[in-house]
Amino acid sequence: MAQYAVLIFERETGAELPPESMAAHGRLPQRIAEQGGRVVAGLALEPSGTATAIRGDLVTDGPFIETKEALAGVFVLEARDLDHALALARLTPIVDGGVEVRPLTGFAVMEEG
Amino acid sequence: MLAATVRVTRDIDAAEEAVQDAYVQALRTWADDGVPDRPGAWLTTVSRRNALNAMRRGRTLAAKLPLLVGSEGDEAVPDPIPDDRLRLIFTCCHPALAREAQVALTLRLVCGVATPDVAQAFLVAEATMAARLTRAKKKISAARIPYAVPGADELPERLEAVLTVIHLLYATGHTAHSGEDLVRDDLTARALDLARMLRLLLPADREVAGLLALLLAHHARRATRTDAGGRLLRLEEQDRTAWDRDLIAEADRLVVASLSGGPPGRFGLQAAIAALHAEAPSYERTDWAQIRTLYDVLLGLWPSPVVALNRAVAVSMVDGPNAALAEVETLERDGRLAGYRYLPATKADLLHRLGRDGEAAEAYRAALALSGNTAEQEFLAERLRFTGSR
Repeated sequence: MAQYAVLIFERETGAELPPESMAAHGRLPQRIAEQGGRVVAGLALEPSGTATAIRGDLVTDGPFIETKEALAGVFVLEARDLDHALALARLTPIVDGGVEVRPLTGFAVMEEG
Repeated sequence: MLAATVRVTRDIDAAEEAVQDAYVQALRTWADDGVPDRPGAWLTTVSRRNALNAMRRGRTLAAKLPLLVGSEGDEAVPDPIPDDRLRLIFTCCHPALAREAQVALTLRLVCGVATPDVAQAFLVAEATMAARLTRAKKKISAARIPYAVPGADELPERLEAVLTVIHLLYATGHTAHSGEDLVRDDLTARALDLARMLRLLLPADREVAGLLALLLAHHARRATRTDAGGRLLRLEEQDRTAWDRDLIAEADRLVVASLSGGPPGRFGLQAAIAALHAEAPSYERTDWAQIRTLYDVLLGLWPSPVVALNRAVAVSMVDGPNAALAEVETLERDGRLAGYRYLPATKADLLHRLGRDGEAAEAYRAALALSGNTAEQEFLAERLRFTGSR
């Protein structure tokens, strides 16, 4: 199995994610498992307005790259190959945006010493 | 019953409608004549007939081309064939790769063309092409693009990418955008080989038949596209007796296969148009009305401004140059074809036919400025002189 990051890009409206989307996100790991994949980790990000960027010595308000659809979250999944990963990534609930699928070269969670 | 009807329509919605109609008919007929011995079989037969009738009604095209309506014997596509070359071509044409990478990889890996020759075919530096190929191969391995024939549910979409790549290869060879030779025989031959290979590997696929038919219908005319001096000849100037009748006959058989047994596809329709041109006794006596109808269907399936421009030529032959000019001008305002040399060239031709030579000359000059092909430039320059001399 190979690992892929699924980057979720959504247009930010200022409103909370609709409840049905939240529920669909909750069911996503189960649905992915049913199709032979596995969700390894997931990150849900606060809106891009809460981001702070650092470029060299310069610290600025906002995300590193301003885009119409902002990075809203990332999850890591395991899949057989790209076709499998794409099929699994298509299950992601999306309101007004899309996802990007990227193979991972590494994934580590640091243990507490 | 629905499955049996879907086999005729290849469209579940249409099949459901046909089945519902059959029930309505049953209520009427059975009330008068009594319930038949095998009501299930009766309903299935009526549903399938309804479906066929709906398909005949649904398309003016079907009325014009009876072969579009499927024969009932044509069953579903068999399981994908586990062939290495087929796997390879699906990998090379994977949608996760950019189109230009797909085309280059197919030439390099499926056809075995050396990198410098691939570079020359696409008029880029060898280093550029080598980098493009390396990057694509790296993505195949890093992202684990599978080396597999896609499953039946994905096959049509994935196959379309493969067919598009082969068509692009042929088109690149057929009308080289730049350079001295209008036709680069190497590329056209490679594309034809690929289409033939695909036809052998996927004999039941109608769009594969369509693509091969399309390439053959063009290939049959290849010797007459330029004169002895390399000057580009228009379709109406070409020597039709020199067209390859065997290839045209083969293309025709494939068009029939492509348009039988389901709704028409993009390549099948383009092939039908090319075949009508190839079979016409002369330019004037071409079945332009049918060609326009085919373009209408094609445009519904594939709303491309290039298709609309080609359709305008057929319109000019059916309804006259004025009607066609209006459509070309609409396309011009639309802006999506800005920089596309065939738009001003077509417009110039229509203006010339309307006797508006001043405007025609201006449009020919615009087309000339956009063409990078020597033979094409000479052709346009000559057309320009022709408008000036009147």
